Amino acid sequence: MGSSSHEVVEKSVPLLIVLIIVAISFGTLVELVPLIFSKKLAEPVAGLEPYSALELEGRDIYIREGCNTCHSQMIRPLRAETERYGHYSVAGEFVYDRPFLWGSKRTGPDLARVGGRYSDDWHRAHLYNPRDVVPESNMPAFPWLFKRELTGDTLPKRMATLRTLGVPYTDDDIAGAQAAVAGKKEIDALVAYLQQMGTLIKTRR
Amino acid sequence: MNTYLNGFWSGWVIVLTLVTFVLVTWLLFANRKRTPIDAKTTGHEYDGIEEWDNPLPGWWFAMFVVTIIWGAGYLVAYPGMGNFPGVLGWTQLDQHADEVTTAEEKYRAMRDKYLALPIEEVAKDVKARRMGMRIYGNNCSQCHGLDAAGALGFPNLADADWIYGGSPDVIKQTIVHGRRAAMPAWEAILGEDGIAEATAYVLSLNSRDADPAKVEAGKKHFQTYCVACHGPDGKGNPALGAPNLTNGIWLYGGSEAQIAHSLRIGRNGQMPAFGETLGEDKIHLVTAYIYGLSQQ
Repeated sequence: MGSSSHEVVEKSVPLLIVLIIVAISFGTLVELVPLIFSKKLAEPVAGLEPYSALELEGRDIYIREGCNTCHSQMIRPLRAETERYGHYSVAGEFVYDRPFLWGSKRTGPDLARVGGRYSDDWHRAHLYNPRDVVPESNMPAFPWLFKRELTGDTLPKRMATLRTLGVPYTDDDIAGAQAAVAGKKEIDALVAYLQQMGTLIKTRR
Repeated sequence: MNTYLNGFWSGWVIVLTLVTFVLVTWLLFANRKRTPIDAKTTGHEYDGIEEWDNPLPGWWFAMFVVTIIWGAGYLVAYPGMGNFPGVLGWTQLDQHADEVTTAEEKYRAMRDKYLALPIEEVAKDVKARRMGMRIYGNNCSQCHGLDAAGALGFPNLADADWIYGGSPDVIKQTIVHGRRAAMPAWEAILGEDGIAEATAYVLSLNSRDADPAKVEAGKKHFQTYCVACHGPDGKGNPALGAPNLTNGIWLYGGSEAQIAHSLRIGRNGQMPAFGETLGEDKIHLVTAYIYGLSQQ
């Protein structure tokens, strides 16, 4: 009796929870698990280097300020996007990104290939007050980045953690990290991070 | 063609997909109730409204069946079963490549028509200017402004004053190769007094009020250090990207404090190179647009 067994499931919350987990885990098992074991996806694109100490600080500032809530880092293979932003994003560009910041919502433009597109001066002016260069912008201003100095206190630990996750930092990289960023301003780190983004793949847009 | 999976994982995906498919189908039919013979309520009753346990309407049930048939057809036609590419051979990347090729063929001819014409003529063509304006909006407006009037540190492109020169060829060169200004910082060499004197002299070049003694001293600094790029009369040198200091147009601001600041820290404004990313045909159009702005 199909209907009576259905009734059992409907009236037992624990059983319903278990069966729902089983049902939705099929999607995960098919879509996700094989890719976790795919070596091909973890292959870096040619020329990919782990983030330098300063770039890594910049990336963490990018996350701290929530840039990724309004800016995606994922150019999809659609002409409307590749025409504007450049070559579509590929998996090998993100193998050292932990976590990746692809995002799915664009209040501002995609930043996956923003590196080299504007001058350092532009980024500084724009982050200090976006309206100074783009009058119609609704992006917040980040003036404190120009005042706050980096200490790099926790940077070696963060890099060591990334190394355990497979990012190939050398002992020298980690030992020299704090000296490489100490005394620099947060804005320097953020601009360094932005200026390297997506620069390994160049095509016409 | 999905090449991310080896044989085992491809089989894994195929098996699990088929199992899901069968289970879903079984679930639909196993729970099907055909007749409302034992039509009874579920026991839920609120304010006289009872929840009944009736069979699904036939058309509703049929829709479930249709989605299952659709799904089977989809898995045959499109990639979904592991490494099986689907009988249509469709891939997302091929579709993108097709879209790009089709668009290139369509628009390339339009752009090539203008590429064959001199920029002065392209700048007079209304359609070409509209095309150039779009390229400008996407690539140039973030720094130079939608109205091309620039901003502090980013040159105005709509006036007749040019740092590197405003002929069509030079504008094009600027876009293709980019520019890097090379004004050194003078603080260490001139000292704070020297900066104040040089600032006074630059103000005097624009017939603005300045302490005559400082102007006199600043003139000496100017003739020692500044003359090589900005010229003996301060009118600049487009070949070096040294701006005219006598016409009241200031890239980094013209107040006394701003001029002194520029002298102190130097200026290395950068225009990125667009040669690789835009290609010659688009650069030709956008050059014509920008050239046209200064000819109005």
